[in-house]
Amino acid sequence: MAKLKVNGEAVELDVDDTTPLLWALREQLGLTGAKYSCGIGLCGACTVHIDGQATRACVVTVGSLSEAQNVVTIEGLSADGSHPVQQAWAELDVPQCGYCQPGMIMAAAALLDSNPDPSDADIDANLPNICRCGTYNRVRRGVHRAVVLNKRGKV
Amino acid sequence: MATEPITLTRREFLIGTAAAGAGFSLGLYLPFASGPAAAAEQPPEVNAWVVIQPDDTVIIRIARSEMGQGTLTGLSQLVAEELECDWSKVTTEYPTPGQNLARDRVWGSFSTGGSQGIRGSHDYVRKGGAVAREMLIEAAAEAWGVPKAECSAANSVITHRASGRTTTYGKVAAAAAELFPPEQVTLKDPKDWKLIGKPVKRLDTRDKLTGKQVFGADLTLPGMLNASIRACPTFGGKLKAFDESKVRSLPGVRAVLRVDDDAVAVVADTWWQANTALDKLPVTWDKGPNAQLDSAAIERMLEDGLTAAEAFVGNENGDAKAALKGAAKTVEAVYAYPYQNHATMEPMNATARWTPERCEVWCPTQNGEAALEATAEAAGLPLTKCDVYKIHLGGGFGRRGAFHDFVKQAVAIARQLPGTPVKLLWTREEDMQHGHYHPITQCRLVGGLDDKGELTGLHVRISGQSILASVNPKWMKNGMDTFTFQCLLPDGDHAFSYAVPNLLVEHAMRNPPVPPGFWRGVNVNQNTIYMECFMDELAHAAGKDPLEFRRKLMAKHPRALAVLNAVADKAGWGKPAAEGVHRGLAVCKAFASHVAACAEVSVDAKGRLKIHRIVAATDPGHAVNPQQIEAQVEGSFVYGLSALLYGECTIKDGAVQQTNFNDYPSMLIDEMPEVETIIMPSGGFWGGIGEPTIAVAAPAVLNAIFAATGKRVRRFPLKNVDLSSA
Repeated sequence: MAKLKVNGEAVELDVDDTTPLLWALREQLGLTGAKYSCGIGLCGACTVHIDGQATRACVVTVGSLSEAQNVVTIEGLSADGSHPVQQAWAELDVPQCGYCQPGMIMAAAALLDSNPDPSDADIDANLPNICRCGTYNRVRRGVHRAVVLNKRGKV
Repeated sequence: MATEPITLTRREFLIGTAAAGAGFSLGLYLPFASGPAAAAEQPPEVNAWVVIQPDDTVIIRIARSEMGQGTLTGLSQLVAEELECDWSKVTTEYPTPGQNLARDRVWGSFSTGGSQGIRGSHDYVRKGGAVAREMLIEAAAEAWGVPKAECSAANSVITHRASGRTTTYGKVAAAAAELFPPEQVTLKDPKDWKLIGKPVKRLDTRDKLTGKQVFGADLTLPGMLNASIRACPTFGGKLKAFDESKVRSLPGVRAVLRVDDDAVAVVADTWWQANTALDKLPVTWDKGPNAQLDSAAIERMLEDGLTAAEAFVGNENGDAKAALKGAAKTVEAVYAYPYQNHATMEPMNATARWTPERCEVWCPTQNGEAALEATAEAAGLPLTKCDVYKIHLGGGFGRRGAFHDFVKQAVAIARQLPGTPVKLLWTREEDMQHGHYHPITQCRLVGGLDDKGELTGLHVRISGQSILASVNPKWMKNGMDTFTFQCLLPDGDHAFSYAVPNLLVEHAMRNPPVPPGFWRGVNVNQNTIYMECFMDELAHAAGKDPLEFRRKLMAKHPRALAVLNAVADKAGWGKPAAEGVHRGLAVCKAFASHVAACAEVSVDAKGRLKIHRIVAATDPGHAVNPQQIEAQVEGSFVYGLSALLYGECTIKDGAVQQTNFNDYPSMLIDEMPEVETIIMPSGGFWGGIGEPTIAVAAPAVLNAIFAATGKRVRRFPLKNVDLSSA
């Protein structure tokens, strides 16, 4: 039995403690936005926030988490796709196949939370997510665009 | 350009209307609103391509698969252009391959490969839109009791010009569905296009930003179980035995099943449980005839082909061998290109439900019809008792087109659990080891120069693997695989872009027992490296500028010359680059488009490569959506440069050694160059977009590396090469 807080709600899951967070989200809670791709914490397709930190959910077990920790998935990033990163991504048509994009968006959102106006080097260092379709240049533009939207939102 | 009227046959009419009543009341199980074409409550279709709802929503049917390349949007633009509908009301749906079969293939091919999505169907999908438009106008004219010729349509509104009366498509769609289609329609002259050529937004972005987009790996059906599978890692090996008792009592485990003769699967309540049990399952393999195979043995096979007496001739003019003998100077080089995995972000998967009466499969596929055939074969049922529901792909790149091994496995599992839907999802490790790999080849090139440094003869000998021999022998010609010669052929979609006075291009086929497949770009990847790097070698041997050397050989290929000139101009070829930055060029014709690139790189003393910028030009004839073309060009560079930098599958003990992204890396954002895309459609033909530019990225970068370091790299990937100036 694992107790977690996911997208603001306390949940109890009848799973083995060694179950990765990714599979608990996908198979117990039906939150399939975080994707399985490598399973070894390399590609970033499963990126979620744990207490605001971009974290690769495939290598975090549910047993290592407590209900005091706040897990946020792409489904909980905004109610209606209105997070500045999502808006920027929509403006620039960033996704191609889209499979890596929930992870990419979650990594970008966490970056902007800690660094409201990241440089290209900051983006390089904080978005080491694999995209085989090759959306990287639009991802970069998307992060810069989200900075602008974020500032507007705060005016 | 005048457009000929198109005469519709009676047969097309019958097929096109047969389903207006019954064809879509098939009682399909529809897991999502955006899923397969459907539902009895849906209003009648105007024709196979167009359904219009009373609220004016336009549903455009798309036969090809969306896997990121934007074809859903591009094909919709083609239909909507002729339909004259309100673009803001357009949505899409996939008909199923079973429906296509039942309607005598009214939607044509479902195959989504070879950069064919647009260029292979532009004509009939535009026709579909035009026919629907004419029927809608006619329905309005009939309702008003006025001649159809006095009415016209724009933006989903039909206007009777004399009276100014208007109505909307949604109001007349039901009446239009009852009409005979016109016998002739005339497609618009391209100069009158309003939507084709516009950088409209994709139709499928929103759900990809919120996690709502369902991929095959995400699918859930009521009562569904989950499976993880392991096939014999050795190519050609078999499953010998497994000890079910060791895992049968683990949490959630429902079954441990033999799958065909080479794999074992664990079926459990959740995939994590299934995979956890599979990891603990003792399995023994019969490694079969290839248990000793390794990369060195494959290399020896290919080296033998470089000088073997017999080879297929793919392109020949003049007498290359005589020209080389008489040359003032000859240049010779041998290049080698490795196996590579597609490594789609979403591993292979399929969900199947089998009963003795019917088998249904939900899967990401680049070819719904091929998936249906695979389903029927594995199900032991006729095609008419099967169907496939296509789901968006988490990447395709060729892996999910010609091969439906994952579908056959899912059906083979479901067949052992009748009535229960089972989702099979491969691990990344399974995906890495059971690919259909980019074929392995080597190439020996010999060029002859006269005393003025002009190219007088060229002999290109490719040695290595044929895709068609393994995948589709029916497409071979007298044993020859013409695909092997992509970009080196005398004419067609992959014509050689140069006129060489004495030319001989050959292929010595050598087929190691590692399954090859179509891999984004197919054989243009290595062939363009071979040819364009060697062209650079020849230019340097002749003491000439690589651009000028090429230009001289391209007088008969003005479109190819135009794209080359465009990148040279925009990149500033001949003018100084920033300090430490060097340039390289490449050009070719691939998938019917002319493409060129100029790369700018620097290499520091320690050999670290930085790709700063690539200027790329494409002449696709007609450009449907420029912003999506830009996205495809950039994406093709990531795929092609990932291959150049890192892509290599090596073989040991008959198996692929790589297992995951740790030993099969992909480019990341910090390695991504700026890309400047020039789109220069010259009209009169339809070329592909998804693949062509992948061909020119790697050779342009390699030629720039030579300019920077004086090192000519001829074996790949670059991760194995020391570029330092020690």
